[in-house]
This record gives sequence, C-alpha cells and structure tokens, in this order.
Amino acid sequence: MGTDAGLRGTTTRDGFRVLWVGIKREPRVFTIATLGAVLFGVLTVADAWVLGWSTEHVLIPAFETGEVRTSLLVWVVALFMGVAILRAVGIVARRLGGGIMYYRMQSHTRRGVTRQYLTLPMEWHQRHPTGQLLSNASSDIEAAWSPIMPLPMALGTVVMMVIAVVQMFVADVVMALVGLLVFPAVVGVNLLYQHYSSPLMTRAQGLRAEVSEIAHESFDGAMVVKTLGREVEETDRFRAKAHELRDVNIRAGRIRAVFDPALASLPNLGVLVVLAVGVSRVASGATEPGDVVTVAYLLTIVSFPIRAIGWLLGEFPRSVVGYRRAKAVLDATGSMEFGDDRLPPSTTGALLEVDDLHYSYDPDAPLLRGVDFDVQPGRTVALVGATASGKSTLTSLMTRLVDPDSGVIRVDGHDVKGLRKGELPRAVALVPQTAFMFDDTVRGNVTLGADVLDADVWAALRTAQADGFVAALPEGLDTRLGERGTSLSGGQRQRLSLARALVRRPRLLILDDATSAVDPEVEARILASLRDDRDGGAAASLVVVAYRKATISLADEVVHLDAGRVVGRGTHADLLDSSPAYAQLVNAYETDADAPGGRA
Amino acid sequence: MTVTTDPTAATSGTRMDSGETIGAMATIRLGMKYSPELREGLRATLVLAVLASCGQIVVPIAVQQTLDRGLNAPGGPRLDYVLWMGVLAALAIAVTSWASYLMTARLFTTSERGLATLRTKAFRHVHDLPLLTQNTERRGALVSRVTSDVDQVSQFLVFGGLIFVVSIGQMLVATVLMVVYSWQLALVVWLAFAPLFVSIRWFQRKLSAAYTVVRRQVGVLLGAISEPVVGAAVVRTYGVEARTQERIDTAIQDWQDAYTHAQTYTVTSFSLGGLSAGLANAGVIVIGVLLGFTGDMTPGKVLAFAFLVTLFVGPVQMGTQILTDAQNAIASWRRVLGILETPADLVDPGPDGEVLPRGPIDVRFADVGFSYPDGPPVLREIDLTIGAGTRVAIVGETGSGKSTFAKLLTRLMDPVDGAVLLDGVDVRRIDARSLRRSVVLVPQEGFLFDDTIAANVRYGRLDASEDEIRASAVELGVDDWLAALPKGLHTQVGQRGESLSAGERQLVALLRAHLADPDLLVLDEATSAVDPALEMQIGRALERLMQSRTSVTIAHRLSTAESADEVIVVDKGRVVQRGPHSELVTQAGSVYAGLHASWVSQHSRA
Repeated sequence: MGTDAGLRGTTTRDGFRVLWVGIKREPRVFTIATLGAVLFGVLTVADAWVLGWSTEHVLIPAFETGEVRTSLLVWVVALFMGVAILRAVGIVARRLGGGIMYYRMQSHTRRGVTRQYLTLPMEWHQRHPTGQLLSNASSDIEAAWSPIMPLPMALGTVVMMVIAVVQMFVADVVMALVGLLVFPAVVGVNLLYQHYSSPLMTRAQGLRAEVSEIAHESFDGAMVVKTLGREVEETDRFRAKAHELRDVNIRAGRIRAVFDPALASLPNLGVLVVLAVGVSRVASGATEPGDVVTVAYLLTIVSFPIRAIGWLLGEFPRSVVGYRRAKAVLDATGSMEFGDDRLPPSTTGALLEVDDLHYSYDPDAPLLRGVDFDVQPGRTVALVGATASGKSTLTSLMTRLVDPDSGVIRVDGHDVKGLRKGELPRAVALVPQTAFMFDDTVRGNVTLGADVLDADVWAALRTAQADGFVAALPEGLDTRLGERGTSLSGGQRQRLSLARALVRRPRLLILDDATSAVDPEVEARILASLRDDRDGGAAASLVVVAYRKATISLADEVVHLDAGRVVGRGTHADLLDSSPAYAQLVNAYETDADAPGGRA
Repeated sequence: MTVTTDPTAATSGTRMDSGETIGAMATIRLGMKYSPELREGLRATLVLAVLASCGQIVVPIAVQQTLDRGLNAPGGPRLDYVLWMGVLAALAIAVTSWASYLMTARLFTTSERGLATLRTKAFRHVHDLPLLTQNTERRGALVSRVTSDVDQVSQFLVFGGLIFVVSIGQMLVATVLMVVYSWQLALVVWLAFAPLFVSIRWFQRKLSAAYTVVRRQVGVLLGAISEPVVGAAVVRTYGVEARTQERIDTAIQDWQDAYTHAQTYTVTSFSLGGLSAGLANAGVIVIGVLLGFTGDMTPGKVLAFAFLVTLFVGPVQMGTQILTDAQNAIASWRRVLGILETPADLVDPGPDGEVLPRGPIDVRFADVGFSYPDGPPVLREIDLTIGAGTRVAIVGETGSGKSTFAKLLTRLMDPVDGAVLLDGVDVRRIDARSLRRSVVLVPQEGFLFDDTIAANVRYGRLDASEDEIRASAVELGVDDWLAALPKGLHTQVGQRGESLSAGERQLVALLRAHLADPDLLVLDEATSAVDPALEMQIGRALERLMQSRTSVTIAHRLSTAESADEVIVVDKGRVVQRGPHSELVTQAGSVYAGLHASWVSQHSRA
C-alpha cells in the first residue's frame, strides 16, 4: 500500500512533467486555450452573478413595486447575452486550442520518433519487435498527450473555483463556509475514484493492445489458418482475450456506476444544506434572499466542471507510460556513424574488398567467423552456401545495414565506415530475398523519388522482366500497389525490387537470392538481360547469392561459405573438382536426377 | 488482380462490405441482432434511467419551494418547513442515485457482453471470408474493425446511446415542468433553442464528412509510419531516408489538418448551445417580469424557471455532443457489421457435410474454370483425375494458373465453373474440419506466428509432443538444422517468423504440414528458398513419406517433376500435357520440352 501510494505520487508528478514538456513546446496555443478556459470559468460564475443581480435589482423590485424600467430590461438582456457570447468565445478558444495542441504535440513526437527510426542503426531495429515500434509511433504517442485535451478545462476550473469561492464569501461568509465543504469533498471523491479505476483503465489499455496484436497476427496468417483449418482455435484465442477485456471493462463500469451518482449528488446535497442554513440566516436578518440564490447557484454550476480535474489526473497513468515508451525511442542513441570520404566519380564497376569479417548477433552463435574475399571491378562473384550459412548476413554487412564486430569492408579502397552518408547507396544496390513494397505507385516504388525518366524506368522493368505485367496493370506505372504490395505475387514483387536496383545504375549490384520466387524461364531471361546490360555499357560488379547453377556459372568466381567461414574460392569448375562438399551442394539436382533417369 | 487505383481512397478496391449503405436506425437494429445481449433487460434499464434522471430536478424544485414557501412565506421565513423539505429532497437524491448506480452497472454489463460477442463473431467471420476478399483489405483496416471500431461503439453505447435517450427524456420532463410553471416562458426557452435544433442536421452532415476524412488519414498515417520500421533495410540500402521522412511528414500534416478541421465543427456546434442558453435566461427574466404585471407569476417561479433552464440546457448540450459522437460510433458499428454482412462464399456445410475417410485421396477436376471477378479466365476447362496415392507435379510458366490450381484443390477458393471432387465428393459438400484434417497446403511463403518453432510446428497437430516433433524432423531430414539452432525447438521465430531466413521459415512450414499427417499434401513451391542439397534431401524424404498419400507439388525446379509419378503441364490456364517425365520430355517442341531444356541449360555443368 505504501509503495502503491508512492508510485501514485510519482505518476502524478511525472504526469505534470509530461504536460510541462507540451506547454514548453506549444506555449502560444496553450496560452490561448487556457485563457479561453479561464474566460469560460469566469463567465460561468458571472452567469450566476447576472442571475443574482437580475433577481436583486430587477425581479424582486419589479414584483414589489409593480413596475420596471425598460432600460433595466435591456440591461438584463445585454448582460446575459454578453456573458453568453464571451463564454462561447471562451469555449471555442479552450476546446479548439486544446485540440490543436493535442494534435500538434502528437505530430511533433511522431516526427521525432519516425526520424529516429530512420537514423538509428539496423541493429537497433533488430533488437526491437516490429509491433512494439509501430505502437511506439501510434498509440503510445496518442496516450502520452491524452491529458492535453482536458488540461485547459482543468486549469480554467481552478480559476473558476477561486472566483466562486470569493464570490460566495462576499455574499455570505457562513453559507460560503458550508459551500466550501462541497469542493474538497468532490475533489476527494474524485481522487478516490481515480485510485480505484485507473489501474483498471491501464489494464484495459494493455488488453486492447493484446487483442489487436492477436487480430493482426491472425489476419496476417489467414492463409495458414485456413489451410490447416484452425479457425476455431484462432477464434478461441481471440475470444479469451476479448472476454478478459470485457470483464475488466465491466469492473471499471461498476466502479464508475458507484462514483458517478456520488459525484453528482454531493453538490446537490450541498445546495440543500446551504438552503437550510440560508433560510435561518435570512430569518435572523443576517443575509438577503438574493445571496441564498447566488450561493446555491454557484455550487451547482461549479461542481460539474470540478470533475475536469479528475479527468486530467485520470489520464496520467496512461500518459506517463506512453510518454516513457516514446521517449525511449527518442533518447535511443547509437546512430550509424558516417565519415567524410567520397567515392571518386566513376561509371565502371566498383572494387569490393572484404577483410577478416566477424559478426555475431547472439555471442553464443557467431554468424560470420573471419570472412575474406574480394570482387574486382566488373566481375561477378557468386556466394554459395547451405541454408543458414551466413550469406544474407554478409549482404547486409556489404551494404552497411550493420557494421561488423571486427574486420573491414572497402569499396574502391575506402572503408565503408569512412564514407559520408548517402555515398554507399549511390554506388551499391541490394536486392533482398524478400521484396518490400511501399504504399506507392509502381513508378514510385521503382524510382524511390529519384529523378528518373519514364523511359529509364521501363528499361529497368524490361531487364527485370517486369515490363509485361506492369503494362497490363490498369494504370501502368501510375498504378498504386497498396499496403506492402499485397496485390502482387511474390515473383512480381521480386522483379519490381530488382528493377528498383537496376534503375539506379549501381556500380555494385548485390542479389540476395533475389529471383527465388521467379520461374527458371523468367530467371534465365533476367540473367541474360543483366549480362547484356553489362556488355552494352559500363560493367557493374555483381555479387549473387544463388543456388541455381545457371546463376552460379555466370560468375567469374565462386565464394563457398559454410557456417560463417569461407571454405572455398575459385571458379565453379575448380570448386567442383576440388571440393566434394561444394559439389554435393550445387549438384544436388543433377545427382538426384541422374540416379533414376540418367540423361545426357 | 485487384489494385488500388485511387490515390486518395485508402480502401478502394476492397471486396469487403463497407456497410455504408446501412442507415442509422437499420445499423442499430442489425447491431442488436448480432449482439442479442444488448436487448436483455433494456426496458428495466430504461426505467432506471428515467428514475435516475429525475434526480436532476430534485434540487430546482427544492429551491423553488424554499423561496416561495420557506423564505418568502407570509409571516417570515419558516425554518422547519425548509428542514423537512431538505430531508425529503435528500431522500429523493438517495433513491435516484441508487437508480443511477443500477442503470450504469447494467448498461456496462450488457454493452460489454454484447460487444465482446460482436467482436468475436466478426473475428471469426474474417477467417471465413474467401482468401480473395481477405487480400483486398488492408490488414490494419481489418484489424481496426474488430478493435478500435468496436471500442468506439462501446463508448457510444455506454456513454451515449442510453444517455441520449435519457437526455431527450430529461428535455421533455423539463419542458413539461416548464409548461406547468408557465407555458409562456416555456415557449420563450424553446424559441431560444430553435436555431440550435435547426442547425444540428447541417452540423451532422459536415461532421460526418469531416470524420470520413479523419479515418482515411489515420489509415494513411499508420501506413506511412510502418514504412521506416517494416522497410528499414530497404530504406537504408537505397539511402531514401529523406524521401521516406517526407512521406511521413506529409501524412502527419494531413492527419493533423483533418482532425483540426473536424474539431472546428465539433467546437462550433457545441458553443452554439451556450448562446441559446444565454438567450433563454435573458428571455425568462424579461418575459417573467413582464408577465408578473399580469399577475400570474411570482419571483420564486421565475427563479425556479431559471434553474429549469439549466436543467434543459444540460441535456441539450449533452445530446448535441452525443449526436456528434454518434456519427463516429454508427459509422464504426456499420464497419463491424459490414464484415458480418460480407458473404462468406466458402460456406462450410457443417454437420450436414460429408466426412472424408482416412487414406489416400483421389482427386477429380470436373470441367473446372476459374476467373477472378472482372478478370480474364485464369483456368479453363480443366478436366482430370489424380489417382489415390500418386505423386503429381504441376509445372508451367509464371502466370500459367498453377497456384490457382492449388488453391482450388485445397478449397481456398471455389471454382466459377465445374467442380473439384475429393474421393468423389464435391469439396463444397465436405465438412470443413474433415477437409482441413485431410488436405494440407504448404504455400511458398510459410507464415509463422510470433512464438517458438515448437509452437509453430504444433499448429499442424495441436496435441503433438516434443518427441513427436523431433521424430518428424528426423523423418524429414531437417534435424541437423534444428540441432544447430542455439535454442533448438524453443527458438523464438519473431514476428511473422522474421528472425529466421526465408529458407528456414519454409522448413518450419514443412515440418508443420508433415506433423499434420494429411492424406492429400499440396506443396506450392514450398522449398524454393532452401539450398539445393537440403531441398533434394527433403524431396527424397517426402517421396518416402508420401507413399501412402496423394501429393501434388507445384514446382519451378524441374528436378521435382522428374521424380514424380506424373507431370501435369499447365499453359495459359489449360492443361496442355500429361504423363511421366520420361515421356513428356521426348515430345519435341512441346511446352514441357521447352521448360526442361531451359532448366537443363541452367543446371548443367558449366
């Protein structure tokens, strides 16, 4: 209990700290919204004052004397309408200001978080689950700034309370003291309510995220679910979480059911007490009937907005957690360091030197253990190795997605770590095993914003054997691919991904098993085109991760990888002769087919 | 192929019922149908709500009574009367508070129960939708229909729906009371609020349009912020950080603008209520004073009226607010119901369906034709039989219709013409559980759940022990790979299995299928990312394991075709050749001979 209270204290303090960050970032909007809220608060009280004034100076005298001056009636209308108009202005400033500040703060943080995503090194990405990073940039930011909406209202309420209390004291000290008991009671009950409900709210928030994760994963794997007929099990998994969420919501609802009427009744009971006390004060001549009305009215109108303070505090637990998560991304360091070197302008193939590379993701299972090889300008090297031998890791090191634990990679003699930002991607292009598509047009996906003529785009598509299906799309290059290009087949995505690399005319092209989803016929045509291309113009250097002999035989040299080490280098023919392990790996199809059929 | 062509419409091209054609009242009726819990005890809850709302009029009445009979009583203030009235009022407050408690608790219970049911039904229905429909929808949009959309409805039902009804009730009660006090003043109040009531519809339309834009921008924003995460590697290798950031910044700005725009309408409509209230108050005092001269008005009555006006203003403001939220909630409800209203055309015959006997399955395609909606035919007049226990390879160029063949065979889609029969029974008449038990497809991109390898493999047979999984791995010849993993079967595969390489993911998927022990196994390029030696090893293992089953393999590596009992060659949606490899390869000039020549040229010794 003690630690719990301590924790709560910290949450409140941290909650205010988060708000302070927002206030410092958007001081103007905050000031406007708060002034609006204060205006609203003052005028809500003024409303009671106008009613009291009207009672005192117009209503009672009129009934007593049986006459009224028209000018007084005009005053009544003017006062009420003036107050109403100013209050409307206050509402607009408060709510619109609060809203704008809330959206802007979300935008600021989102820009910051996504900038981090783009600058932080790949290792950082690998350490953090995708789902977490996505929610850091969406729901966590939303939660972090959620107290901003009720903030101006709460501040305005404080001002309103002060004014109301002063006014009540001016009207009648005794009644004011009675009324004053109501405010702390409302605040106290509110805090009690927050105490019971906020853990449930936080829990519900977490459960909502879990329900969403299950749905996301399950829909992503819809095909597996369908093919294995696991709809019932998946629904059970989802239902269990949905029911847990339901039960928490119902529990939170029951607590609310207790506190809602309690909070509504407190001021009502206060009014009754004020009436009783007021009447006795009027009877003894200590106060005027108008004052009784004023105090009673003040109590009713101020009590409801007091709850805004509760709403504000109620958002704090969610806000603090959300802010911490987003802040963890914002504070993450270890961006990839870049140097100042430039690669000399050249249109010929690049020279790649890989020198004693070591790399491990998990120290117990090193992925690369001293890899050495080089690719001479304009030459083609095939990386060959069994599944999980470290080939893909090597390609991500060569494109500097990650840096090695030790060892050096040089392009044209420059250590890639010393190159300035953007220099390596200009020279080196990687076509990964799994193609990623942006939610953009075909053109956008190929050019990635580079200023490229359509003719060049088509040429790249032709080389990648993608021109046929792109031409058949309803709007050709302008066809939008939708989220992650799910409207395309795997092979089509791979070919677009290949065109994306080709259109940039890289000096070193790395293909990481980039044609695995393409038919051999189509692959053969792609490889032939690559070759033609190389013969026609400047020959790019080429590194291919491949299994197919057609691909391998195209290489000037083969690097045979096994368990993170280079175990053989040479031409395909040399390796076939000298290395039984290599022969077994690449001849698998033949030896197998030879056995039963035996062909020429 | 369905492709999004409208750059502004995030969900265009969808085959999912958006529910947009369902009217507001129809939505509520339909919602009640799918969540019968919502109806339970609704009447009692409504009675409690009315009782609870009476609590709001206790104090104004007490004030009026105090002023007229206690304070301004003939012969001076009467304290005893005021005290008694206070006690009575306090009792009334206690009773109405109790009613309020019961109402809220019941409301939460029924709404949450009803919505949990709706959520689960919608979730299940998504899985019952045809693959084609699932693929036309953004994953995020689909997820939000069973998450945030349902939450939106829940908020509305709990804080809006009934409170709206009660607010209207309160407005009516306040009006009746006002008329009882003075019909003239009641008229004044209504006239003051007339402009607000008239403008509500206009605001509704504006808000509805504004929130449609908001929702779209939320979708665009979520898509944009996923790119630097999901596409982290591509963004880096191509050095397009600046462009990606620009796209995100645009999405963020558009999102912010959309929300600000919507908020402007919300705020304006809300502030109008305050103006009407000011007008009403002024009118009550002025007209009240003037009426006083005709003699049927007392100061107490006028003041009580002033309180009654607050009583009237409260529900009106509340009602306006709820109507605003209702736009959103009804739209959300429609989207959830839209899922359930989208026909699941792969209807499971259920208990009436036939159950396939265990043992090798005999397959027959009876004059099967298939085309995607509004698309050209993909398969035409496919008429063939695959005998029980045979191993068949399907080959053909990209786009020839091979994968469609696999999807029809495993009933991921139903044919447009003709029928697919397993053991002589139309697949549409086979009980779904029986079908999935006997027929298993291993697709090229084997999806893995964010769990261990063991859990993913067990997806094929839920009660499999770890020993059985290990035994399967040995049978399939992938035990060496498994043993080399630092944590073996307990290795976490990451989201969508991304911690493993594409080849390793395929191994897990194969293991999963093998454990499922099907009678008909369909492999759709299931080992395309595995190295040749391992692939051949698996191929030989499968050959052995498939002896008592039927297997259909779609392969672009013709080595698979060479070892199959029979090869079926598909070209431009038709079967053009059939027979064993040795026979087909000799048919000079045939499609298969061409494919084979190309294969050989790629794999022969260089």
